Amino acid sequence: MERVLMKGNEALAEAAIRAGCKCFFAYPITPQTEVAAYLAKNMKKRNITFLQAESELAAVNMVLGASSAGVRTMTSSSSPGISLKSEGVSYLAGSDLPAVIVNVQRGGPGLGSIQPSQSDYWQATKALGHGDFQLIVFAPASVQETVDMTIRAFEEADRYRMPVMILTDGFIGQMMEPVTFSDETPKIEPKDWAACGHKGGRKHNIINSLFLQPDELEASVDARYEKYETIKKNIHDAEIYMCDDADLVITAFGTTARVAKSAVNQAREKGIKAGLFRPKTLWPFPVEELNAACKTAKKVLSVEMSKGQMVDDIRLALNCRIPVEFFGRNGGNIPTPAEILDEIVKISERGL
Amino acid sequence: MQFKKITIITGEYGSGKTNLAVNLAYAMKEHGTTAIVDIDTVNPYFRTADFRDELTENGIDVITPDFANSNLDLPVLNFDIERIIRSHDHTVIDVGGSDAGAFALGRYQHVIEKYAGDYDMLYVYNMYRTTEVSAEETVTLLHEIEMACRMKVTGLVNNPNLGAETTAAIVENASGFSDDIVKLTGLPVKFRCIPENLVPSEGDFTVKRKVKLIWE
Repeated sequence: MERVLMKGNEALAEAAIRAGCKCFFAYPITPQTEVAAYLAKNMKKRNITFLQAESELAAVNMVLGASSAGVRTMTSSSSPGISLKSEGVSYLAGSDLPAVIVNVQRGGPGLGSIQPSQSDYWQATKALGHGDFQLIVFAPASVQETVDMTIRAFEEADRYRMPVMILTDGFIGQMMEPVTFSDETPKIEPKDWAACGHKGGRKHNIINSLFLQPDELEASVDARYEKYETIKKNIHDAEIYMCDDADLVITAFGTTARVAKSAVNQAREKGIKAGLFRPKTLWPFPVEELNAACKTAKKVLSVEMSKGQMVDDIRLALNCRIPVEFFGRNGGNIPTPAEILDEIVKISERGL
Repeated sequence: MQFKKITIITGEYGSGKTNLAVNLAYAMKEHGTTAIVDIDTVNPYFRTADFRDELTENGIDVITPDFANSNLDLPVLNFDIERIIRSHDHTVIDVGGSDAGAFALGRYQHVIEKYAGDYDMLYVYNMYRTTEVSAEETVTLLHEIEMACRMKVTGLVNNPNLGAETTAAIVENASGFSDDIVKLTGLPVKFRCIPENLVPSEGDFTVKRKVKLIWE
């Protein structure tokens, strides 16, 4: 197991290959281009297909096709491209198809910026497309975690037959950190539901999201929501740092959590009892972990690269029993440790 | 170390070009007027333009594309590189990654060739950069860069590192890889980069980690 220096985007692509992704469909966009570039460079050597589609819509529907045939498949994009793919993601969810969707977020709305952002939190966790459905959403905060979560995303997608998102951002995608890959080859279970040819040997499998009878559609959606209940029990993960005696718990995910950790350390040096809660899964949201982290907290501060999106889930998960404040930057700006420390000091001076 | 009038830094993206270019600019400043030119038209993240304030305060002239660090992905180089070279004792040119980045350098080939013998075109490599990269592939990229900019590499820079995790053993273990590249290309190693916390050997150039993550 060699240790190498890689960009988040490259490491994600390498992890996808190692997870057994055989088909990758995408359309270029900054700041996720290295995912596609890495796979393009390695496709022949590693026996995978990368097809640069004519549009994001085409790419996501190719994913739907490959997944229907039982192949591990992925698409990646950045914010505006993910919006374009949302129709296809809804069809994937409605057809109970596994797939990995990568969003290397940049500033929005509209064309926005090419610098990092976290303002697609709502889109990823609440409404990536029309209809009642959820995605499992992983939020890596390092290059190593990008690798581990990508491999896990393929596993969970297959296990629960649903699309799984890696919600990362331009900073984690572009930054370089040392990373280790496991040499394990993935065990991929055969998919008896896949439409991959039956040579007359069995009843044909149908992949479909259209139900003409209201009761049939309702039964299908209800069954999917029962599955979501199982997932909520099985998938929830968070990092809890210095929260045992914390008066003020900072909540942050991805890049922002790395910055916030520095701020928490600096706050501790000033004698302020600060801690950090970092959700690794955004859906399901780690409700129990947050409540455990906030046992001694008198206040919570959510720090995000947005106008405040995850802060809603923090308040819901705490049932509003602790006051929750918000600090964020947007437009492609990353909050600095000093800015977050300033917020911590201000809150502390107002009284904890 | 002796510096030529022009030093061009090429290599794979992520090989440490910008960090080296900034360190070289500081070293050159000790020997005369110095300019650092960022002609990266490929990547909007982690580039020389990020160090504009710090370098300028230290008397190094920083020339970057107008759109660097903005939200425009425009590959536009709108400055007179010949005038910059003529008016400084030393100019370091930070080129974008891989052959895609070197393509932009080709635009200045006719200017730089005028200084034949008084420029170094360096190729930076890091053995620990990405998985399963062989010496042969590293040399293939060197040739792709030469093709893209229509100029020849004059020297190699061995930059073995794992970022903040770099140890003396990590640096030493890359010697064989570097020797292979020397054998395959017939080019000399101009110097080896060594982090400031390690003891340099003869022929090493000590580099500070300038390109850092926002929380470091």
